[in-house]
Amino acid sequence: MTTTEASPVHDVDFKLELYRSQVALRRFESRAYDLFLENYVKGTSHLSIGQEAIAAGVAAAMRPDDWTFATYRGHAHTLARGVAMTPVFAELMGRANGLMAGKGGSMHLTSVEHGVMGSYAIIGAHLPIACGAAWSAQYRGTDQVAVAFFGDGTVNIGAFHEALNFAAIWKLPVVFICENNLYMEYTRTSEVTAVAHPAADRAVAYGLEPILVDGNDADAVYEIARTAIERARAGGGPSLIEAETYRHGGHSRADPGKYRPDEEVALWKSAERDPVSRYRTRLLELGVEEATLVRIEADVDAEVDAATEAAKAGAAPGEDLLMKDVWANGGAEWRN
Amino acid sequence: MAELTYREAIARGIAQEMRRDESVLFLGEDVGAAGGVFKGTVGLFEEFGPVRVRDTPISEQAILGAAMGAAMTGLRPIAEIMFADFFAVCWDIVANEIAKSRYMTNGQMSFPLVIRSGNGGGLRFGAQHSQSVENWAMMIPGLKVVVPSSPRDVIGLMAAAVRDDDPVVFLESKALYPTKGEVPDGEIVDALGTAAVLRHGSDATIATLGLMVPRALAAAEELAAGGIDCTVIDVRSLIPLDTQTILRETSATGRLFTVEENPRVLGWGAEVASIVAEEAFFDLDGPVVRITTPHIPLPAADALEDMALPSVERIATTIHKAMNS
Repeated sequence: MTTTEASPVHDVDFKLELYRSQVALRRFESRAYDLFLENYVKGTSHLSIGQEAIAAGVAAAMRPDDWTFATYRGHAHTLARGVAMTPVFAELMGRANGLMAGKGGSMHLTSVEHGVMGSYAIIGAHLPIACGAAWSAQYRGTDQVAVAFFGDGTVNIGAFHEALNFAAIWKLPVVFICENNLYMEYTRTSEVTAVAHPAADRAVAYGLEPILVDGNDADAVYEIARTAIERARAGGGPSLIEAETYRHGGHSRADPGKYRPDEEVALWKSAERDPVSRYRTRLLELGVEEATLVRIEADVDAEVDAATEAAKAGAAPGEDLLMKDVWANGGAEWRN
Repeated sequence: MAELTYREAIARGIAQEMRRDESVLFLGEDVGAAGGVFKGTVGLFEEFGPVRVRDTPISEQAILGAAMGAAMTGLRPIAEIMFADFFAVCWDIVANEIAKSRYMTNGQMSFPLVIRSGNGGGLRFGAQHSQSVENWAMMIPGLKVVVPSSPRDVIGLMAAAVRDDDPVVFLESKALYPTKGEVPDGEIVDALGTAAVLRHGSDATIATLGLMVPRALAAAEELAAGGIDCTVIDVRSLIPLDTQTILRETSATGRLFTVEENPRVLGWGAEVASIVAEEAFFDLDGPVVRITTPHIPLPAADALEDMALPSVERIATTIHKAMNS
C-alpha cells in the first residue's frame, strides 16, 4: 500500500496532539479503574491501558464524518473521536448526565454526533454492522468510511468471516482493525487459533493483503490507518489490519490477569514497549522540550479531575428514562 | 381490483415502496435474478437493478448486520431471511443488536428496517424449514412483528413496515404463497397494530394469524352449520398488539379461542389469554382455550405434519366440545 499525499505524521504539532490523545486515554482509563475500586462504577468494565496507540492513531486518520464501531472495550475509541470525558465517566457511573443517560453503560458507548456508531458487547457482531454503514455510504456516494475495532478473540467467531467476505465482494469502504493483545479473554489466543497471526493470516482468504503493524507505535498505526482509510474512501475496498499490542491489566474488572507470566507483563509495561512512554521518548528525541510534555500531562490531569467531579455531580437517571426510546416515537408501548 | 397470489403480492408490495423511496434497498440470498427461492421477488431485480436489489452470500449475520448498519445511517433496507428457521443463526443481530440499540443509546439511533422471512409449516419440509417463530420475535423488546394472511395485507403491511421507523419482522406464511385474493388497484398502505375482524358471530371469538386464518374461517363455517356462530379476528400484528379489538370482540361473545401455528409453550396466544384473563375476566362465559401445534419439533411426513398443525377439523371439534361442555 502506498500513501497518496505527504503525511502529517512528521509534523511536531501533529505528534503533540497524538501524544495528548494517548495521555488522555491512559489517564481516563486509570481514573476509571480507581472509580471502580471506589465503587462509583458498577457492573463490569474493560480498560484499554496499554493499547492507547491504536485508538488514538486510527482516530487521527479519520474524517469527522467517518464512523467508528467499537467493542465493549471501547472507552478509548469513543474518547479518541472527540467525545468529552464527563459524559463517558458519567455513563460508567450510571448517571443521567451520561453519554446515553446511563441506559447503555460501559460496554455500549455511542455518540452518533461524533461518528461513534456504537460499542458492541457481543463478539464480532459489529463487523457486519460496520459493513452495513459502509454499504450505505457506498450507495449514497458520501465518501464516508466505517472503521471497526475488535480483539484477537473475534477472528474465531463466524461473524468475522461473514463480514470479511461480505466487505470484499461488495468492495465496501470499511477498515477492520484487529487489536491483537495476545489474549482472547483469559486464554492465550495462540492456544486456540489455527494461525500465528490471528487476523493477518486470514486476510488472504478474503482476497486482502495481510497487514501487520506495531500497535504500540501511534505513528505507525496512524500511517497504516491513513492508507487503508484513503484506499476505502477512493473505492479501493476494505482492509484488514492486525495491530499487535498488550493490555496492561486483566480482561475486565473482575480479572487480575494472573494467567500471564510476570516477565511478559513486565516487558510490555516497560518504557520500551509501553505506547505512551515510547511516544514521550520519541518526542524528546525530536527535540521537544520536556516542559511542553509536562504541560500536556498536567492539562490532561486537570481535565480528568474536572470530568470526574462533573460526572459524580450528576443525578441518578429518573423513572422518565425507563420507558423511553424503545421505539422511534420515544415510547415503549407494545399494545393499545 | 385484481386477483393476485400471496407470493405475487410480496413483489408488488416491495416494488410499491421502492418506487416511492430511493432509500429503500432490498437484499438477501437468491433474491435478485433468481427472484427468490419462493419466487416472491420476481421482477424486482429487473425493475430496480443490481444496486438496489442485491444478492448476498449465505451469510445471515452479514445480511442483517448490513441492514442494521444501513438503517442506522439513513437507509430503509428490506432484508430477506429465506426460511424463518435461519433466524437461529443470526439471532444475535436481531435480538441483541437491532432490537436493543435504540434504547441503549438513549434514542440516538433509529432502525427503520424490515426483515421478511418465510415462516411456518404445511410444506412437508421437516423441523428445520417449517417452524413458526413469531413468538421468538414477539418476546424481544424493540421488535415489531407482523404476519399477513392475505395478498392485500401483504402489500398493505409491507408498506406500513417499510415506512415505520422501527425494525419490523415481517413473517410470511410459506404455505399461503400460492393462495389468491382480491387486491385493490393503486397504492395500499396499512397500519401496524391493527387487527381485522373477518367474520362476525355471536357465540365465540377466534383470534388467529397467518396460515391459521383460512383454517379458522373454514372451521367457523362448519361450526355455523352446527349452530355455533363465531367471530374471527385476524390479529395480523403481534407487536404492536391490537388488544382493544381482541378484548372488545371477546367480551361481545363471552368466549375466546386462539388458533396458533407456533408450538404450545409461550406461543403468542398465551399472552393474549393472559391479557383477556386479566382485563375481560368478568365478561367470559368459559375458559380461554388455545388451539396450537403441540410442543414438538415439526415432523416431515405429510401424515404427521397434518396431525401437528391445527387443522380445520381440530379447530371446529375443539371449539364445539368447549362450547358444549
